[in-house]
Amino acid sequence: MVPTTSPTLADIPGGRAPDREYRIDAGGVGIAIHEWGDADAPPLMLAHGGFDFARTFDTFAPLLADAGWRVVSWDHRGHGDSDHAYLYSWDADLRDASAVFDHAADRRAVPVVGHSKGGAMMIQLADAHPFRFSRLVNIDGIPSKRPIPDVAEHERTKMLAGELTGWLDHRHRTAESQRKPGTIDELARRRGRMNPRLSFDWLRYLVTVGATETEEGWRWKLDPSMRFGGFGPWRPEWALMRLSGFGVPFYGMLVEIKEEMGWSTLADDIRPFLPEGGRLEMLAGVGHFAHIEQPHEMAERVLEFLGAPA
Amino acid sequence: MSCEVLVHNRVRLALHMLREGNGRALLLLHGLGEQSPSEPPAFAAEWTGPVVALDFTGHGASTLPVGGGYTAEILLADADAALAHLGEATIVGRGLGAYVGLLLAGARAEQVHGTVLADGPGLSGGPSVPTSQPVFSLTAVGATPDPYALVELGRDLRPPDYAVIFTRMAVQRSSLDEPITLTARFRPAWLRAVAEELGVAEAASISEALANYRA
Repeated sequence: MVPTTSPTLADIPGGRAPDREYRIDAGGVGIAIHEWGDADAPPLMLAHGGFDFARTFDTFAPLLADAGWRVVSWDHRGHGDSDHAYLYSWDADLRDASAVFDHAADRRAVPVVGHSKGGAMMIQLADAHPFRFSRLVNIDGIPSKRPIPDVAEHERTKMLAGELTGWLDHRHRTAESQRKPGTIDELARRRGRMNPRLSFDWLRYLVTVGATETEEGWRWKLDPSMRFGGFGPWRPEWALMRLSGFGVPFYGMLVEIKEEMGWSTLADDIRPFLPEGGRLEMLAGVGHFAHIEQPHEMAERVLEFLGAPA
Repeated sequence: MSCEVLVHNRVRLALHMLREGNGRALLLLHGLGEQSPSEPPAFAAEWTGPVVALDFTGHGASTLPVGGGYTAEILLADADAALAHLGEATIVGRGLGAYVGLLLAGARAEQVHGTVLADGPGLSGGPSVPTSQPVFSLTAVGATPDPYALVELGRDLRPPDYAVIFTRMAVQRSSLDEPITLTARFRPAWLRAVAEELGVAEAASISEALANYRA
């Protein structure tokens, strides 16, 4: 039977709310920071993926905090409790991230864990600001070349034209648009399309921290101007050019079970670009949200790689 | 001169009517750090349709956003808001406006009746391949042009093959044989690649280019 009451952390085994939540001003954009663990412990930065938010770490982050780290995560602009911005770009996300690093770790080198888009962003930040990184863990966030369907060029042009006009038509509507309201169960089911391997209990719980209750129902906090897909000059495989130059220990994890939200990266595409001594593993039996599916196993891998907090 | 305000997400865009007219509009897209001219330019003397000019996000009388995050694609959506308002248009883009005009010519080939790519600030953009670009923050100045626009759009990646995709979309889907005309004398890599495509014409001046697209 589908439960009808609001889920709480008590329904989520191992789930724990952040010990501290506050906002910083990142050049006029309010960025929400969520921390788990002792405030005086050494910082460990944790970057979420696209369309996610820091509270998706409610089961994973406490395990890292219990090992002696001050786990610092933040909501990217437009996500979670951070401000909806006028503009969004990869560069702007990196700028916000460096404001969070400045705040939580000054300009010291600290370990960093990134998932999905957060992992790819951290690869770029580590290239631009190597002084901020002592170690980097990437959970299914190494983009590689997109598989290009075997179609004639005029068909590809037509496909891109359709994507483009769809995006531009969406931009005509964003001034008025709001996230669709619904019950906790409805929002959970909608998110289930992006997270097909996560339990319904977890998705219902996520609604209570990632959505706001309004008179019309619950609405995801995510800026409604954001949309899946998109286009631009950037190519996923360009992240690899930065990876090979890393001067700090690197641990990348890819997942065996491919999902819509991942890049479906193949290990053979990454291996030639691994930095000296870099480690890459393909995790069997898990999907793109490995740290939510198997928080204990994932925390164990990360903690073993990071060593004792220092 | 009158000004329409168009809403693009959280930004209010200023679309200036430089001269009334009958028929298809001539839409002017300014260069990086510029704003719309206050008078119709000399090259528009023979144009019988309305002459209008758009201030991009963070420029001229349009909204000054907080916290940067500019991309050429967002400016494409600015220009598309102007095109939706006008129904159809012929475009003259200067510098950055030329690059955005090319993107719009590809995205809305049926509504854009000829695009002229002219010299102007921000024509080159940044590198055509990824580099170690700095992550930086700037101090807000409280007035347009936005310093973030100047830096972010002055260094955005413009791979030649990306520009070629938009050129081909324009050529394949336009009713014109030559929907793109280049007058720019400076040729960054993306524009050199565009120049080699079929359906791309060259002209010695903007007025000469517009003679072929006249309403």
